[in-house]
Amino acid sequence: MKLTAPSLVCQQAVELMSDYLEGALSRRDRRRLEKHLAGCPHCSTYLEQMRLTIEASGVVGPNDLEPETLDGLVEIFRRFHDEPDQR
Amino acid sequence: MDDAELLERLLGGDEKAFTELVVRYNDSLIRVALYYVNTLSSAQDVAQDTWIAVLRGVDRFEGRSSFKTWLFRILVNRARTTGTKEHRTIPVDPLDTGATVPATRFDEGGTWRVPPEPFTEAIDNAVANERILRIVHESIARLPEPQQAVVTLRDVQGLSTMEVAEILGLSVANVRVILHRGRARVRSDVETTMQGGGS
Repeated sequence: MKLTAPSLVCQQAVELMSDYLEGALSRRDRRRLEKHLAGCPHCSTYLEQMRLTIEASGVVGPNDLEPETLDGLVEIFRRFHDEPDQR
Repeated sequence: MDDAELLERLLGGDEKAFTELVVRYNDSLIRVALYYVNTLSSAQDVAQDTWIAVLRGVDRFEGRSSFKTWLFRILVNRARTTGTKEHRTIPVDPLDTGATVPATRFDEGGTWRVPPEPFTEAIDNAVANERILRIVHESIARLPEPQQAVVTLRDVQGLSTMEVAEILGLSVANVRVILHRGRARVRSDVETTMQGGGS
């Protein structure tokens, strides 16, 4: 006899989304989530938004690098190359 | 240009290669350092020390790990030392199973009462949408630690969960929980802003 896993409600489904995208869910949980997603447009929207968020995170965004910081580091770099023994 | 090419140029003394690496990584170095040290200025100092260590050690870098992993390992070593001097208590992400979406958005049966609204702008391609990029990166910068460090290493820099766990000295399971909470928070910020809650 095959036991059927209890189905998920939305509130449980959202807590599995990150692990789902990581491929870290057990087979059982993955099936339960996919079954839920197939019938729930709201949770599908949530998942899509999380996917977009992660995708956007991986793009080098607006940089907070201050010009003084960069200048300071370039200065250090030049010292390294001009006087390699003075490190 | 990928990191390996930049490193090769850096070895040859190419200043532009160095600045490119700084642009690519300095923000993330600071965000991860903030997990270990007390202030932004300490984190900036640790990031600078890390670059000095890179310049000193680059000719000995053997490429057995990626440059990224090597870079963040150096950073974390330094940040830990500084944090110890500052008597910093490393923040722990509460591992209670606290929900990432407010319970008020669901009815008693756990079904959405206030469902996520599809973004008002059609966004097929987050990568090309500057507004989303800005919202997401600002949100990451506001995440509490250790969420900020974990999201930065995993989602911004694309290290594997295992590498993140190793670099931060956390278990893989712990990294996943922290990541989940951080991502949920960033998504929620995007949702709020994209619904006209911000500019």
